Amino acid sequence: MFNDPVVLSRLLTGLTLAFHIIFATIGVGVPLMVLAAEFIGLKRKDPDYILLARRWTRGYVVTVAVGVVTGTAIGLQLSLLWPSLMQVAGQTIALPLFMETFAFFFEAIFLGIYLYTWDRFKNPWLHWLIGIPVVIGATASAFFITTVNSFMNSPEGFKIVNGTLTQIEPLKAMFNTATPTKATHVIVSAYLTVAFILAAIAAFHLLRKKTLSAAETAYHKKALRLTVMAGLIFAFSTALVGDFSGKYLAKYQPEKLAAAEWHFDTTSEAELIFGGILDQQEDGSYEIKGAVKIPYALSILAGGAPNTEVIGLNEFAKEDQAPLIVHYFFDIMVSIGMYLTAISALFILAFRLKKLNPYNKWILRGVFIGGPLAMISIEAGWMYAEIGRQPWTLYGIMRTADAATTSTAVGPMLILFSALYLLLGTICTVVLLRMFKKNTVGKELQELAENHHARGEAMFVDDNK
Amino acid sequence: MDVQTLGITVLWTFLYGYLIVASIDFGAGFYAFYSKYTKRDHLTNRLILRYLSPVWEVTNVFFVFFFVGLVGFFPDSAYYFGTALLVPASIVLVLIAIRGSFYAFANYGSNDSMFYTFLYGATGLLIPAAMSTTLTISQGGFIRKTNDTVEFLGTKLFSNFYSWTVVALAIVSVLYISAMFLLFYADKAKDEGATPLIRKWALFWSGPTILVCALVFFGLKNQAAWHYENILNGNWWWFAASFLFFLIAVTLVYMKKNYGIAFVAVMLQYAVAWFGYGYTHLPYILYPYIDINKAVVNETMASALVVVFIFGLLLLIPALYLILRLFLFDNDYVRGKSSK
Repeated sequence: MFNDPVVLSRLLTGLTLAFHIIFATIGVGVPLMVLAAEFIGLKRKDPDYILLARRWTRGYVVTVAVGVVTGTAIGLQLSLLWPSLMQVAGQTIALPLFMETFAFFFEAIFLGIYLYTWDRFKNPWLHWLIGIPVVIGATASAFFITTVNSFMNSPEGFKIVNGTLTQIEPLKAMFNTATPTKATHVIVSAYLTVAFILAAIAAFHLLRKKTLSAAETAYHKKALRLTVMAGLIFAFSTALVGDFSGKYLAKYQPEKLAAAEWHFDTTSEAELIFGGILDQQEDGSYEIKGAVKIPYALSILAGGAPNTEVIGLNEFAKEDQAPLIVHYFFDIMVSIGMYLTAISALFILAFRLKKLNPYNKWILRGVFIGGPLAMISIEAGWMYAEIGRQPWTLYGIMRTADAATTSTAVGPMLILFSALYLLLGTICTVVLLRMFKKNTVGKELQELAENHHARGEAMFVDDNK
Repeated sequence: MDVQTLGITVLWTFLYGYLIVASIDFGAGFYAFYSKYTKRDHLTNRLILRYLSPVWEVTNVFFVFFFVGLVGFFPDSAYYFGTALLVPASIVLVLIAIRGSFYAFANYGSNDSMFYTFLYGATGLLIPAAMSTTLTISQGGFIRKTNDTVEFLGTKLFSNFYSWTVVALAIVSVLYISAMFLLFYADKAKDEGATPLIRKWALFWSGPTILVCALVFFGLKNQAAWHYENILNGNWWWFAASFLFFLIAVTLVYMKKNYGIAFVAVMLQYAVAWFGYGYTHLPYILYPYIDINKAVVNETMASALVVVFIFGLLLLIPALYLILRLFLFDNDYVRGKSSK
């Protein structure tokens, strides 16, 4: 197994993606939150929100750097590890790949400007406006690259006649059946995850309340309210889009949904299986043990009505079935999504109804673990998406085993890149922690207060420090 | 112009853009380390950072743009280069990753350590060295197609003298282009401490640059006779013009005049040599396997890519103009006067 280029290529691609997606998700979501904070700050003339935007941006540029270099890595690795796939992809789906580089180019240019022009314009709204292309570029990058992944799930816009590709329609390939649900799901869940990561930071500080000054507490409470409110909105949107994604799968890739749900026999009124373990019987069939079974739920997920017929895994040949482990990835993704909806709703309700203290220790703890959980959910979601598509790399067209490189050197490269990601991950974390510890909120707020009379240039500390 | 010529021209132009901006970036990394090592960083490094900080990610995109575009316009190149270059390309990726992230760690994360600067400087020379071998590989002789796979003859490349002269050319060019740019930038900033020092670097590297250029040019005869013949067949003037621009640039710097025009001359020196080299390399991307006329993507995709490219440029040119205006042509910023 460990000298099989196919297995090794899958491992290396998976490793790069698993690492990259952390930074890519942050990259898609943070600009939006920064812009929201800067907007409120300018509108209400509240320097706390501006400071929030500046601090988020400072952390963001460090993660962006790792995102850029790992994005470059995966971009090139696609050709290095999957040359046959890219030969076909070049003919059919090159358009959004090309567009993605433009979107990223656009984002990089404006991010460069945004970072270094905080106090350069007389009208601060000009600076805010420069942030808009950053948000557009970040979201557009995510959209374009996800259309490519959608294409792998739903290859359309071409015909194969006698082994050659003809009648190519690049736009149809890009806007394939999977694109609407998939792209929205990826974008909204990135916003959700980032909102929760930033909320977790605020909650973390508030949990150590004893050491906080009144100004700091006020600052972190503002951050928490903004991020949890955003989290709630995006959690609902993600749930809605997730539901559409389920319906897409039931219709167009039924074996992928069936594998996730351990749904073996085609039935209507299908129950949703949560958790559990599989016990293989002597005849090769499986018995599900210890699972929570929710009546009708799978039929509702698949078609919106309890009597919807859901196609089972047994309709498909063994060699066309995805590994059954994806069930757990699916469950992790969905349950974390539900948790995030619940905890953000609880916080907002407590805040609005004023019956319960939203800054209660337990709610804060709940929000805090939401941050890491959201990222785990992203990872689980992608594992489900990618492993669930197996054995195909292009669904129904090209098998993963036929797409990989024949090179014998993938093993050493896997070790090389593992070491690289370990190094980057460690140092990135250390640098971020040190950066924010050295320049605490308290210190910056104090500098703000001291300079309050001299608004403008001296109002904020130098970002370069 | 047919679509394959248009495609390869676009890609080659982007690679030229990368050659210039990345050389500035790579060389600046080396100089930043060198100044720090010789304890003269107080003279130069603020200047270097002021230019680099806002633009480094833009530099990287030129490269991504090139290889994504290459796969789009000529999908066969993914197959040949992808299979053959797994190891060298992975090493370049690791170096780029280290360079980019450590730059951010040092600069934004305020970890100003000698070790980070060393990594930043060393990768600045190793990356162009490794990348330049692709030029040699593309001329043929180092990739062999067998029945079901493509094989890279790494040891052959490693023990090839010509390939090392190309590596040397890449390294000295990086140092030369970068010094020429920084000289212009320092002069514009009226930085009287840095200007004479950087001028010395620029003059120092001009000699080796032209020497290695000549070595590569004449080495081509034995390495890739087909390419050499194409050049002699009425295309030698590109390289003569390049030499002329080199003389203009060095003379201006020597006379301490017009560093801006001198840098333009450097850009032209490399532009004509680059396009002359590319033009005489055609129709091959990889000799003899990838011929642009046979390997070009289907017509629909090619026209779609061209349309996107045009729209993309309409979007990018104003944006690039804006970033240049703010950070390169804004005298207050260049001099470090304006608040950031």
